[in-house]
Amino acid sequence: MTTVPAGHRAGARYRSPVRRRRRGLLGRQPLGLLFSSPYLAFVLAVFAFPLGFAVWISFHDYFFAAPGAEVDRPFVGLDNYRDVLGDPDVWRSFRNVAVFLLINVPLTVALSLLLATALNQATRLRTFLRVGYYVPYVTASVAVVGVWLFLFNSNGLVNRVLGPLAPDPSWLINSTWAMPAIALYVTWKQLGFYILLYLAALQNVPRELYEVAATDGAGKIRTFFSITIPAVRPATVLVLLLSTIIGANLFTEPYLLTGGGGPNGASMSPVLLMYQLGIEQNSPDVAAAIGVILIVFVLLIGWLQRRLAGGDET
Amino acid sequence: MSGDGTSERSGRWSEGRVEPPAEGARSGARPEKLSGDGTSERSGRWSEGRVEPPAEGARSGARPVKLSGDGTSRAQTVLRTVVLAAGAIAFLFPFYYMIIGSLQAEPDPTPTGAFPDPSNLTLDNYADINSRIDLLQGLVNSGIFTGGVIGCTVVFGVLAGYALAVLQWRGRGLTFALALLVQVVPFQLLMIPLYVLIARDYGLADTHLGMILPFAINSTAVIVFRQYFLQLPRDLFDAARVDGAGELRLLRSVALPLVRPVLVTVVLITFIGPWNEFLWPFLITKDASKQPLAVSLANYISNVAATAANPFGAVLAGAVVLAAPAVGLFIVFQRYFTSSNIGSGVKG
Repeated sequence: MTTVPAGHRAGARYRSPVRRRRRGLLGRQPLGLLFSSPYLAFVLAVFAFPLGFAVWISFHDYFFAAPGAEVDRPFVGLDNYRDVLGDPDVWRSFRNVAVFLLINVPLTVALSLLLATALNQATRLRTFLRVGYYVPYVTASVAVVGVWLFLFNSNGLVNRVLGPLAPDPSWLINSTWAMPAIALYVTWKQLGFYILLYLAALQNVPRELYEVAATDGAGKIRTFFSITIPAVRPATVLVLLLSTIIGANLFTEPYLLTGGGGPNGASMSPVLLMYQLGIEQNSPDVAAAIGVILIVFVLLIGWLQRRLAGGDET
Repeated sequence: MSGDGTSERSGRWSEGRVEPPAEGARSGARPEKLSGDGTSERSGRWSEGRVEPPAEGARSGARPVKLSGDGTSRAQTVLRTVVLAAGAIAFLFPFYYMIIGSLQAEPDPTPTGAFPDPSNLTLDNYADINSRIDLLQGLVNSGIFTGGVIGCTVVFGVLAGYALAVLQWRGRGLTFALALLVQVVPFQLLMIPLYVLIARDYGLADTHLGMILPFAINSTAVIVFRQYFLQLPRDLFDAARVDGAGELRLLRSVALPLVRPVLVTVVLITFIGPWNEFLWPFLITKDASKQPLAVSLANYISNVAATAANPFGAVLAGAVVLAAPAVGLFIVFQRYFTSSNIGSGVKG
């Protein structure tokens, strides 16, 4: 393959007439498709097909049968959705996850942006600070849950320090506090990842903007609101979206921290309910319908966030 | 996310500089949406900022009086470092407490219990958890699961990342868009169909293959590879092509030898996914001898902890064993875990 190196360097390879003439059915270097084919096959098998299959299951009477058994799985229209929407447990789990998101998402955005801004300017102790803020993110939730159970149980360190201010019953078995406690836990656990995203965005903010602000006599706080926040807006849209998706995926924490969505379903999450209904109670069709509804909600929230944060650029 | 990969990227690069005017233009076009929340006031400041540059001389004259370096006084710098360090210590405290708790013979939740007490130290908790769940077997299973994912990600991720960055072929833009999109597909929607397919239809329940399959190629890693190949000088590839090297040879002799610096980043970000994953292996492994450590420890926490002599001690000992490899790996290689690498992997 002879090419024109200068054309490449000038970044003109898209409009190069040389290339257009040589373009075959699969492009100039069809080998690229071959190299990417394992990844494409993976995406089709693990994402695209299951996504369609999930929707299909949710419209059929689907159940687990003995291996090899020929069973009839008739189309049932919206029956599964009717079951889901008529189930108070489902509504409660959606309310719980809404409480979770209302605490977790704003806290995540505010804390990660503040910490990233401060870390971006920090010159001392950089390694220590990096390790400190990222370690919760790189550690298994299952491991860290153990410490939180120890810290937040009725007799734990947190309640001993709080003394009479400690809630009764304790955090994780208190129907008011269980969900906020989980939301705080997840915020702390995931914060490092979002700090990382904001740090990447902050490094792309042109320094001149800050210099101009300083000349104008803008203080730190003013600069933060007038320069930093607008400049990292695309990152904010991404953080909002990812924290909403990860939040809606909540499973491990209510399963372990509050003993399976307790007390009395006060911290039941939709995904935990999907597990209980779909896999433990053999109603994958109903569980798939919950999944579809959940995704519709997540997409709706994501779209609203985009509108409100004005992040058309991402 | 749509369109051709490279033009998308160049859009992103210039974004930082282009944005302020765009912001001003937007608020001008849709005042009804932006007024009332202080944004119009802000866009006023933006335009002020754009008018500013001619006053360059006046600015540099005024600066030394009030500011040093990035515009922060020394007291502010010290205060910032102290606050950040205090925050980091607060973030690290649960990990310290995990280790202390795992060594206590009697759980001591009092404030003094947060300090090591020589008379209350023991390794019994580690023996105790090891007698309940086979720690070594759990570590081996976690290792196979994680190793399988890392292997597939590195081999197929390099190929895809290279194709996305260096080669031109039909579907390249679409593939790149897919790699970005896949990262925001929520697992909750895939959970039921994947369980049906992998555990029921393919009969891969209680197998390592079944565990690995849904995680096999990490999309973030694919994009990290792509970004890495994109920033290599194009002349490198062009020169080899002029010398008559075929594309396969180019990959083997030019691209792969250069990939080492980014390999550590990719292994790190890929490692933490499967090593820490709980929901999926929990769904498809019922056989204790096949469970990764995260699953067997979680089962211990939810089922049997109540019957142990020192439940917290045993749980925390297991937690230390589960956390140690990820934390250790991260601390050793933390300088590869950078915002530019990982940020670009998620945003493209």
